[in-house]
Amino acid sequence: MTRIHPTWRAGLLAAALLLPGAAQAALKVFACEPEWGALVREIGGDRVDVYTATTAMQDPHRIEARPSLIARARNADLLVCTGAELEIGWLPVILGESGNGAIQAGQPGQFFAADFVALREKPAVLDRAAGDVHAAGNPHIQTDPRNIARVGAALAVRMAALDAADADVFRHRWENFSARWTAAIARWEKSAAPLRGVPVVVQHKAFPYLQNWLGLREVAVLEPKPGVEPSLASLAAVKQRLAADPAKMVIRAAYQPARPSEWIAAQAGVKAVVVPFTVGGDAQSGDLFGLFDSTVSKLLAGLN
Amino acid sequence: MLRPALLAAALAAAFPAHADTELDALRAEIRDMKAAYETRIQALEARLQQAETRTETVAAQAAAQPVPEAPTQTRGSFNPDVSLILQGRYAHLEDRSERGISGFMAADGHDHGGGGRGFSVDGSELVLSASIDPYFRGYLNAVLADGEVEVEEAWAQTTGLGQGLSIKGGRFKSGIGYQNEQHAHAWDFATNNLAYEALFGEGYAQDGVQLKWLAPTDTFLEFGAELGAGGAFPSTHNDSNGTGSVALFGHVGGDVGVSNSWRAGLSWLRAKPGGREFEGHDINEIETVGDFSGRSRTWLADFVWKWAPNGNPTQQNFKFAAEYFQRKESGTLACDDADPAAPSLCTGGLAAPYLADQSGFYAQAVYQFMPRWRTGYRYDRLFRGDVLFNGADAGNVFESLADYDPKRHSLMLDYSPSEFSRLRFQYTLDQAMEGVDENQFYVQYIYSLGSHGAHKF
Repeated sequence: MTRIHPTWRAGLLAAALLLPGAAQAALKVFACEPEWGALVREIGGDRVDVYTATTAMQDPHRIEARPSLIARARNADLLVCTGAELEIGWLPVILGESGNGAIQAGQPGQFFAADFVALREKPAVLDRAAGDVHAAGNPHIQTDPRNIARVGAALAVRMAALDAADADVFRHRWENFSARWTAAIARWEKSAAPLRGVPVVVQHKAFPYLQNWLGLREVAVLEPKPGVEPSLASLAAVKQRLAADPAKMVIRAAYQPARPSEWIAAQAGVKAVVVPFTVGGDAQSGDLFGLFDSTVSKLLAGLN
Repeated sequence: MLRPALLAAALAAAFPAHADTELDALRAEIRDMKAAYETRIQALEARLQQAETRTETVAAQAAAQPVPEAPTQTRGSFNPDVSLILQGRYAHLEDRSERGISGFMAADGHDHGGGGRGFSVDGSELVLSASIDPYFRGYLNAVLADGEVEVEEAWAQTTGLGQGLSIKGGRFKSGIGYQNEQHAHAWDFATNNLAYEALFGEGYAQDGVQLKWLAPTDTFLEFGAELGAGGAFPSTHNDSNGTGSVALFGHVGGDVGVSNSWRAGLSWLRAKPGGREFEGHDINEIETVGDFSGRSRTWLADFVWKWAPNGNPTQQNFKFAAEYFQRKESGTLACDDADPAAPSLCTGGLAAPYLADQSGFYAQAVYQFMPRWRTGYRYDRLFRGDVLFNGADAGNVFESLADYDPKRHSLMLDYSPSEFSRLRFQYTLDQAMEGVDENQFYVQYIYSLGSHGAHKF
């Protein structure tokens, strides 16, 4: 015991020196996905310090629990993630290693967007034979802008509760955003009207909320089971299905590999459409408005 | 909310104009209802504002929903997350009477029941974990093998201390090194590397406490200290109130661009072996028994680097890992004949000073070249260094401590139909024992059932 005392003393001293000052300025937010990072920025403006853990080019199911993520989670006041098991392969490690009590389960500093949206595609039977299904339902809720509004309303309340000094700023910015968002939704819905009832193929079951919003009709999925890479055999089966029930386009997210979509596009004579899926997914998707501007225009381009 | 209006419309349609008085009465009633609704809405708004100011916001959020369809999710029950790892293999090995590492005292670490030639089933790992309460989480990893259950890990860890601090207590895999915290199913090869085999048998677990602190920096910087009973090699369980083993470690890590990430570490382990068994052969290949008592100090340096295009490992990724160790042991080695009828160089009992300064490393690279398929190569190398017994080279007395630097080459190819299943083929050229050059072939399966375990970096 006596041998290690000096070490501990040194460690505690270092800890005391490095502790952040009492008067912290901005609310520190760890956002798992870019859409939530962007939403926090809309609500918080310069009163938040946002770190986004993943990019639009990464598969949010499959992220390495990298040391850099653990380091950023350690200092966060608020963790904003999708939830519904989307991040189950990596977030538990981040939380466990972060040494941050504020963002653990049950704390106000832990915010899961999926808790505020009615999830679709809740599996009736939970069996891994059906692929990588999520027990709570499909977690890709951000592809419907109305869900962004639902999550944002709850998020603004949560942010105000965590940072009372800036509560008015958050409330005011949220009201402002919300009004612009509602107008934008009406605009998108109007321009996307030709998409109603259009038959589409999707690469991964990533778009049920988008399909529901715009009235797209999903006729086939390239992945034979959720999370299982399409094989030549499964693609050939989709091609056969499309012969009987033709589709207009095949949709994939920016992070997904191009080959399956392009194969089916060439074979079945449908258009391959890459939607940004989240903020940063293409040049136009710099923020949430750009995300849906781009999504709608790319889908419309797929009609021609 | 539509109901009063609908009611009014329906009533207006049902009753012609002559029923004026009745309509007036109805209108009054509807006005009352509207007023009642308005007061209720106002009351709700007031409650909402109250709730907003509290940290308990869940109820407020439900009320704030613009859509009536948004229920909050209920997550599972109070049952812990359960997962089960099934593991087994087919090994094509040469017929050898014994396997060991020349020049090093054998770590009597367990293997998971497997290890023989031909088909074998490794122990099945059962993992239970859950939050205990708002302050702790708990974890159990038990290995089920024929006729026994072995507790690999059983610990509770604080979750709410904050300031980057956490305390773990119970039996846990020590935080030293890189591979040490991984269970066998998470290894990238079917067999352990020589460095860990020589150091610990499989890996080093503590019965004790661990304190970890994560620095509040954007670069990952973590420090840990452990006190343990020291029940496992290179320590022994000494009957004392003290601590048989002390470990200190630090890790640093970060990203380089969006595609690369790394972690490096330095660890130190102090053990106090007392009567640690040593079974060997003398240079005439006569069996000896004995034990070692003294002190054991291990330094361990580790480095991991991972690459994935755009940080998205699903299609392609690459991982490099290497660890280097140095271990110094000093104390007294006692030995005697294993069989009195077969006199060895230890006949009559011998106890003399023992001094060893040894090192070694492994370096491995694993490349996922397309979805589901990975290939990897590992090179293990040990340096026997100086081993002195009674002031002279121990190799003059013990064949098992001969001056020989063991090494091993391993090449693997694995196929993972999903995240939950893996089939692995491995070829190893084993030169761990002096004078042995063995070609080994392995086919291994790893299945993971139940809740989705998250793996560390």
